[in-house]
Amino acid sequence: MSNLAVLPILLPLLAGIFVAFIHKKTSIVRTVSKLIAIVNLLVVGWVFFQVQQEGSIVLEVGSWSAPFGIVLVGDLLAMTLVLTTNIIAVACVFFAPQSLSDKEESFYFYSFFFILISGVSGAFLTGDLFNLFVFFEVLLMASYGLIVLGNGKAQLRESIKYVLINLFSSMLFVTTIAFLYSVVGTVNMAQVAQRVQEVEQQGVLTTIAILFFFVFATKAAVFPLYYWLPRPYISPNPVVSALFGALLTKVGVYSILRTFTLIFNQEVPLTHTLFIYLAAFTMIFGVVGALSTNNIKLIVAYNIIPAVGFMLMGIGIFTEVSISGTIYYLVHDMIIKGVLFILVGATTYVAGTSDLRKMGGLIHHYPVLGWLMFIASLVLAGIPPFSGFIGKLQLIRGGLGQEEIMIVIVALISSLLILFSMMRIFIRGYWGEKMDIPIPERKKKGSRMAWPAAGLLTLSVLLGVGAELFFPTIESIAQYLMDPEIYIDSVLKE
Amino acid sequence: MEIIMAVLAGLLFTTGVYNLLQKQLLRIIIGTALISHGAHLFILTMGRLKTGAPPVLTEGVENYTDPLPQALILTSIVISFGVTSLLLVLAYRAAKINGTDNMEQLRGNDYE
Repeated sequence: MSNLAVLPILLPLLAGIFVAFIHKKTSIVRTVSKLIAIVNLLVVGWVFFQVQQEGSIVLEVGSWSAPFGIVLVGDLLAMTLVLTTNIIAVACVFFAPQSLSDKEESFYFYSFFFILISGVSGAFLTGDLFNLFVFFEVLLMASYGLIVLGNGKAQLRESIKYVLINLFSSMLFVTTIAFLYSVVGTVNMAQVAQRVQEVEQQGVLTTIAILFFFVFATKAAVFPLYYWLPRPYISPNPVVSALFGALLTKVGVYSILRTFTLIFNQEVPLTHTLFIYLAAFTMIFGVVGALSTNNIKLIVAYNIIPAVGFMLMGIGIFTEVSISGTIYYLVHDMIIKGVLFILVGATTYVAGTSDLRKMGGLIHHYPVLGWLMFIASLVLAGIPPFSGFIGKLQLIRGGLGQEEIMIVIVALISSLLILFSMMRIFIRGYWGEKMDIPIPERKKKGSRMAWPAAGLLTLSVLLGVGAELFFPTIESIAQYLMDPEIYIDSVLKE
Repeated sequence: MEIIMAVLAGLLFTTGVYNLLQKQLLRIIIGTALISHGAHLFILTMGRLKTGAPPVLTEGVENYTDPLPQALILTSIVISFGVTSLLLVLAYRAAKINGTDNMEQLRGNDYE
């Protein structure tokens, strides 16, 4: 039974290798990829169900017992995120043929795509810090391939910066793992967590914790380290932007959530207070960025940053309520960022430009696209009853419970500003006088592009309206995270 | 021995960071390669250096070499090798298409 934990990693990896062999036959590769993505989603859904019914699945790879060998831990948190990842993968695989040119598709897009999914799932599932690094590299390698797909001038220029910043933070990650290894003598997360409680020099461990935070914060785009994010995220193809926006920063947030609830929970007053301040700055700076530009792609890319701030706020407050808010917001944000990037990609395509000043009146020609954009903006900003609201409600309840008034005020104001920044797209781009359609022959394809986004958006709305269905699961994950002993026991089996 | 290794890793980091801050693309890539070598040496040092004893898993052996840092380094070397070669190809294409390898000129605000 425990072998199930490897399926979400293995299936996309094999699929990626398989579609590489048929990459030139575009129509076949499309159908095959869609099929594989759906099968994969079903399999992951089944594994998720198993985990929900029977508790965490721990796979000791190669039958090497836990602290010595590599372990994959399929607990409820990991499986929830893997499931969300695969839902987004299905939407993206349906969006891809509309968004990419045939040439770009034949240049191994689907291989990179599946390997990216494999890497992201692996990063969620692994129970060992060094393997976290390895899976980071797997997903980054695929993302390096995806970001230059299309070979444009701006793409190549931005990809260099993206590769360099990620390479540097990865090297810092390895160095930090070496530091931790010299202190506790292991890289298995459960055993690290166990030994961290016994080590006498807590000061050294706090330093290591901050170094880890620095690495993950670079990947997650937290306040001082977000500068690299917006430009590389908007230069590739819209489908690639959607994948990046939905998945990559969230892996960083997940790593912070995992390490700082499981391992570094000794110096809460120091580290977690730091998180609260950084979360506040992340929200403010992200929103200011989103308001500062007229490029609709940049507006959405900048909106990734305040969302990371919200999640970090929940980790910083560090109560069961706020952690459940973080997890809920994490799932919500993965889905809604996928929707927004797909919609913005479609808008840019039908308008022929991404500059707000050159658009107007698109809703007369593309009503579906316009209303989807409107609802997506409301979901993102957290208007009740949509899913953003539930996550924020939990975060704010957690904040008020710990009397962190400042962060609550900052969060509320930045939510309002997020709504404002998104409404600018709607008012300037879709509202207004009926104009001549810039490129009429794009109409059919433009409305076809909206369907994957509509599917994801329905799910996102369901997540908000049917919160009572999903919330018990999220709450049990939060309880589980606040008690690291359960994780340690399930991995080390004492 | 550990002191020498630590100093060497530090030197590699220093020169790596210095190169990373240059404007020429090729120098930046050399900088990343040096930093990764520094990181690898660092892992080896952190696992305590001992010479002459094989790694063993039998109970009761006092003098042995810890195999784990070496396994970690091996993985890390392979990854950094791959990334460096990718980066070289990427830099070549970027320099060719953009007509410059100077990072100052690779800025710019035009996006399609």
